[in-house]
Amino acid sequence: MVSAVKSGRVVFDLAKESLRDVNQFLHGDLSAVTAVAVENPDGANSIAVGLNAPVHVDINGHAGYYAAGMNQLATVVVHGNAGTGCAENMMSGRVEVTGFASAGAGASAHGGLLVIRGSAGLRCGISLKGGNIVVGGDVGSFSAFMAQAGNLVICGDAGDGLGDSLYEAVIYVRGQVRSLGADARIEPMTEADHATVDKLLAEAGISHSSKEFKRIASAKTLYHWNADANQTY
Amino acid sequence: MCGIVGLLLKKQSLRPKLGELMVPMLIGMTERGPDSSGMAVFGSREGGERRKLSLYCADEGFNWSHLEGSVLEHLGDARFEVKANHCILSTAAEPASVRVWLATHFPTVHVLSVGRSIDLYKDVGLPSEVADRYSFKGLTGTHLVGHTRMATESAVTPENAHPYTAGEDWCLVHNGSLANPGSLRRKLEKLGARFESDCDTEGACRYIHWRLQMGESLETALEHAFEDFDGFFTFLMGTEDKLALVRDPFACKPAIVAETDDYVAIASEFRSLAHLPGVKHAQLFEPKPAEVYTWSVQ
Repeated sequence: MVSAVKSGRVVFDLAKESLRDVNQFLHGDLSAVTAVAVENPDGANSIAVGLNAPVHVDINGHAGYYAAGMNQLATVVVHGNAGTGCAENMMSGRVEVTGFASAGAGASAHGGLLVIRGSAGLRCGISLKGGNIVVGGDVGSFSAFMAQAGNLVICGDAGDGLGDSLYEAVIYVRGQVRSLGADARIEPMTEADHATVDKLLAEAGISHSSKEFKRIASAKTLYHWNADANQTY
Repeated sequence: MCGIVGLLLKKQSLRPKLGELMVPMLIGMTERGPDSSGMAVFGSREGGERRKLSLYCADEGFNWSHLEGSVLEHLGDARFEVKANHCILSTAAEPASVRVWLATHFPTVHVLSVGRSIDLYKDVGLPSEVADRYSFKGLTGTHLVGHTRMATESAVTPENAHPYTAGEDWCLVHNGSLANPGSLRRKLEKLGARFESDCDTEGACRYIHWRLQMGESLETALEHAFEDFDGFFTFLMGTEDKLALVRDPFACKPAIVAETDDYVAIASEFRSLAHLPGVKHAQLFEPKPAEVYTWSVQ
């Protein structure tokens, strides 16, 4: 358990303390706490999940699955790589990964900002529901699949099937796209798009210009049933 | 869900510690596979015509001394190393005839692997229990392939545990599931393969081995596997001097690789690698889908 809260700063060492202690502390009264550090995470799953307070959490090492999942209000920084489902279903706040993030990063996020400084694996931002994701490197295949709202900014390249079956979410890509998914198309960047990308890059602390990005959004041909289409699958 | 682990030691001085480094890797994957586990280790190499056969008998009271006596009497020169209900038999007798002889005289004894270098252990139980039962900590060698199983499509039995083998010095472990193991099996049985379990993975192991036997490169064999396997997989494969890793084109199942000047370590999740010396400065990456990665023993 926590030995002392000094100047609002608490340190946990997962080599000595249990993950349950960390998460129960983070779910308790944090009014006297400004920052929490988690040492030796060593790839443990579900670190700092379900936070609901404006606390700053540093995970000093590699995190396992679902790091900072369901986050609200908190800022969580993984100083290393993150496993599958990082910041999945985030509602608000900010999650940052200094290394790479595995598959399903930011899946279903309703709000908040996920910044991945390295690359993201497959299915980044799948079913995004209003959150924003900025990836400093590349994203794997099937990213933003069925993404409904929010923005995915990709500073590197994208894999296959980008934005398949998109709804209202918008993708911005600086590099190459190996292939677009069904119903995703490249559209001209508007002033509003430039403003969105520049704002998100500034928030992420990444110094590219929105002029280098292209916009990918839904062509909306899947919004309505097309009885004349070839229905043989 | 299952867990895979692999370790290839580049640094000679670490090779006596292969088992010691590996056991925490295997135990780290307990939550992914608590019902069975196994390990193929490539260690001391037999010369000339000699082969090693890893033998298993489910009966814990099995009289291995009796088997030793019979083997010496009928097959001539042989060496034995018994650990619990497992024995490594080293002999110059032709492996196929040893199999037939064993099946006739000791039908409860199963051959888990054959080869010059490979030793194979697999059994039901928590990874820590299996590791203790067969003294995995003391294993030495250049590289290994390990697995922790959470059964999804066939029963929890020793023969359905991984690794699987085919031919000599070839093994495969699998995280995932195949939807067409029956058709793979029928295809291979027509070509002469003999299956020993109900597990979907055995088909994958024998399929890739069959293609390698036809002279295909591992890359080409796996290109065909992408066409013929309907399902999800991360496969880790071992040969006498290589580890090979591949994920299905959708990368449904995880894998992470840590490489340093001293070793290449592979696991389903980083938490199985966290204890390795120097891992904080290792080159870490997730293998790309449908890309074949190989590492050779130098």
